[in-house]
Amino acid sequence: MRALCYHGKQDVRVDTVPDPEIVNPRDAIIQITSTAICGSDLHLYDGVIPAVAPGDVLGHEFMGRVVETGPHSTLRKGQRVVVPFVIACGACYFCGKQQFSACDNSNPVDKQEMSETLYGSPMAGLFGYSHLTGGYAGGQAEYVRVPFSDVGPVVIEDDGLDDDKVLFLSDILPTGWMAAENAEIESGDVVAVWGAGPVGLFAAQSALIMGAARVIVIDHYPHRLALAKGLGAEIVNFRETDVREALLEMSGGRGPDAVIDAVGMEAHGFSVDNMLDIAKQKVGIGADRASALKQAILAVRKGGRLSIPGVYGGMTDKFPLGALMEKGITLRTGQTHVQKYTNKLLAMIAEGKIDTTFLISHRLPLEAAAEGYANFKNHQDDYTKIVLKPGMES
Amino acid sequence: MQRKTLSAAGGAAALLAIGGGLLLARSSRPHGAADDAPGRTARRSRFGDYAVVGKTVTIMKPSRDELFAFWRDFTNLPAFMDNLDMVELLGDDRSRWTIRAPGGGTVSVETRIAEEKPGRIIAWRSVEGSDIDTEGRVRFSDAPGGGTEVELVIAYIPPFGRAGQAVAKLLQREPAIQARRDLRRFRMLMETGEIATSERRLETEEKA
Repeated sequence: MRALCYHGKQDVRVDTVPDPEIVNPRDAIIQITSTAICGSDLHLYDGVIPAVAPGDVLGHEFMGRVVETGPHSTLRKGQRVVVPFVIACGACYFCGKQQFSACDNSNPVDKQEMSETLYGSPMAGLFGYSHLTGGYAGGQAEYVRVPFSDVGPVVIEDDGLDDDKVLFLSDILPTGWMAAENAEIESGDVVAVWGAGPVGLFAAQSALIMGAARVIVIDHYPHRLALAKGLGAEIVNFRETDVREALLEMSGGRGPDAVIDAVGMEAHGFSVDNMLDIAKQKVGIGADRASALKQAILAVRKGGRLSIPGVYGGMTDKFPLGALMEKGITLRTGQTHVQKYTNKLLAMIAEGKIDTTFLISHRLPLEAAAEGYANFKNHQDDYTKIVLKPGMES
Repeated sequence: MQRKTLSAAGGAAALLAIGGGLLLARSSRPHGAADDAPGRTARRSRFGDYAVVGKTVTIMKPSRDELFAFWRDFTNLPAFMDNLDMVELLGDDRSRWTIRAPGGGTVSVETRIAEEKPGRIIAWRSVEGSDIDTEGRVRFSDAPGGGTEVELVIAYIPPFGRAGQAVAKLLQREPAIQARRDLRRFRMLMETGEIATSERRLETEEKA
């Protein structure tokens, strides 16, 4: 089959690799019909996530048709499914608490140890990501092996719901929703969201659905800010505006009740320490850049809530721990417990309460994936979301 | 060779107590331990000639009795113990374990059950004349929040002493690493019916 493989920093290529097979009894093989490039794929592309190996098939946002099932899969051939990027067994202590992204059983034992050394606990398996999270082949390919196919995949019965409407159930829609849930939005809240990328936009949309009075989205890409505006959010361009001052003034001088960092480890920013962090990241001594996070902590009101859906991989320097403590901020974060949210969000999509298609800027054949990565990285304003269609003529 | 048995070393109970606080009450822990942590988590890992390793996992299903029963049938152990090639039952409480050794060969260990409390404890010990001087114990107890805590403690004399232990660690066949991985595979097998792998194809898995 054809698949997008990692070759090195900013070097990905569509190669011919062996087709996947049923390996374990609960597996299914999915023929991919749509698969998106995620902002966190760019972290892999930029080489800032550890333990990515040449030949790894990337991609963790995908859906398709079931073409093969293991003896213990509950799926049937021909079913259309969206597959959560988090691989979860459904039976362990953590899955029992619906903390699916903490699943104890989806990351192979030898790979668990890498993340255990780095983080103190082993991570769950994720598709198309680092070997810290299992090194599972991803879905930017014609076919993918899906373990625990009886737990994760969401069957889309209604063929009237086309791929573009439901694909983002795999990651960014539940990620945005959980980000808002982690921010404990209450009606009347003023909420600030850093990053008008897909997760930030879905977080803003979710916060509005949850009853926030004002949602303010911070970014510097005009087109992305326009998308935020289209959702009913207000916007702040950090290149033109003093963000903290603006947020204070837009929240009666209190500061936002809840802040959401949907930027993560590759934040843009002009402060001296962010420039230093950029330099360190470039020479590979690896501090996560966290300028959005630092700004969010200073901006949030006393006793406010901080939610971090943005991806971080390692350490960060000069974290404003004093502000976090002295202001009494509640912090919640984590990889998304996708399986917890998919049914609820699918119902909201089917009822027309949530639209996700506004986000898609480009639909490309799989063969154009490498070019897609480069454009997504270098032209973030125009390329808000790329969906690869393996069936599409190149 | 004068084989120093565990009884000669003060008895299996005492040794495993060092390893896991299993039999002896905490107050009677040797060496004047100052906290409530299991002895095997001490910064030193050797007690006399013996290295002691141990790990605990929480398993949500099946029941404690079923987990015990699966483990008690030692022929099931190779399904999740990576370095265990084969187990032959020799009688009610005796079995022969063929273990893959660091460096490629195998060693054979005849064990007998040293202690059995149905649903709770299985302990085994190598008999005299085995290639390795070892004993192990698995304990099943109810986790406070539901499920079963499974604790595996292994005491052994490292072949070729400390140097051998270092080589084994390098080859990831060291018992501390094995114990952790074996217990996690046991949990995977019990909870999910399979052992996670990110291989894309069957044959590559067989090669590995």
